[in-house]
Amino acid sequence: MDTNTFIKGLWKDNPVFVQVLGMCPTLAVTNSATNAMAMGLATAFVLIMSSTLVSLLRNFIPKQVRIATFILIIATFVTVAEYLIQAISIDIHKALGAFIALIVVNCVILGRAEAFASKNSVGKSILDAAGMGVGFTFALLCLGAVREILGSGTFFEYQVFGHGYEPWVLMILPGGGFFTLGAWLLLFNYMKERKAAKMQEISA
Amino acid sequence: MNQPELEQMTAAPNSWHMIRALAGIGLMCALLIVSTYELTFDIIKQNKAEVLERAIFKVLPGAESKAIFIVKDGQVEKLIGDGNGETRYYAGFDANDDLVGVALEAGGQGFQDVIHILLGFNPEKQIIIGMQVLESKETPGLGDKIEKDPAFQKNFEALDVALSDDGSSLKNEIVFKKNGTKSNPWELDGITGATISSKAIAAILQASASQNMPVLYKNREKFKQQ
Repeated sequence: MDTNTFIKGLWKDNPVFVQVLGMCPTLAVTNSATNAMAMGLATAFVLIMSSTLVSLLRNFIPKQVRIATFILIIATFVTVAEYLIQAISIDIHKALGAFIALIVVNCVILGRAEAFASKNSVGKSILDAAGMGVGFTFALLCLGAVREILGSGTFFEYQVFGHGYEPWVLMILPGGGFFTLGAWLLLFNYMKERKAAKMQEISA
Repeated sequence: MNQPELEQMTAAPNSWHMIRALAGIGLMCALLIVSTYELTFDIIKQNKAEVLERAIFKVLPGAESKAIFIVKDGQVEKLIGDGNGETRYYAGFDANDDLVGVALEAGGQGFQDVIHILLGFNPEKQIIIGMQVLESKETPGLGDKIEKDPAFQKNFEALDVALSDDGSSLKNEIVFKKNGTKSNPWELDGITGATISSKAIAAILQASASQNMPVLYKNREKFKQQ
């Protein structure tokens, strides 16, 4: 098994922190850890299913109509996901509300279909999609956790601070999303730079 | 890219392949969606019925059994069978078979989309005793506080919907107040950060109460027959 194909999505090519893709759901639904988790998993499901299908059909789809076909396939799986979520739990469906439909326009999914699945074997594409899906979920959780803890004083709806804690409401508002994303990007880039500097030191 | 190459790329011989790919995949996608819809239809229907059932007993605190009524030709009567989509009045009874209240669905435009709620009325005391959101697309974390916020839910312990003397309209309109400024029992205390959503709830309440309260009060004895 080609583990590198899977692992690169988690860290080295993380869709949110490194590729900075799919910003709309990243900023919009991460005001609580539960929402972030549900959105991440739903996106991962669509990502894996559509990558599989795109990879299976890659020799059947002419170049000129590939984007249209990819969108068609992605939109289908989003609709399927919406029905499945409703069947699993109406409460989760209620929490995600309007954002499920927005998975269609998440460019991580179209990006993987175009850049990877349409050029690689089915097995590799599934691995790549799973890695990206887990990486996306991880990134959303990073944001959701910070925003929920600071903005509501809870984590997965469990009280973290005592009742005297005055929630920092800004963090669950759109502005807080940008602040948190900025802080995480800063951290990731700082670590990357430090690693690069170390590598240079070793080679020098 | 020079002209001949470009022509080759967009040349006609490929069009059959394009049509084949688009139509074939379109058909496949349609089949996939339809089969998922068919497969999940019953489960979703059951889930929604469960949500409604749970909500009915939540908006009628103390209720242990329920009966469904409809209005037919201006008369309130018990619903037999499945009905044809008439407005349903869910009457709830406590352990002693006394009427706790009547629940009914209401809806109106929220911040993003239509909000569907369930309201519990006490026709005898002319108050609203419960409110649950059935379906909403309000902003997660802000607008959806209309469902969870305990301070907002306190509004529905005994919201005054008393009728005027002739019994045809509300004595006092249900009005929205900014958080913490509620001073009368018919006012709705809003949520900070969810002003539009809580205003929408006030509007839905006002519309539903002014329409249904006269019916409920006039027929309050009929709902008691279980």
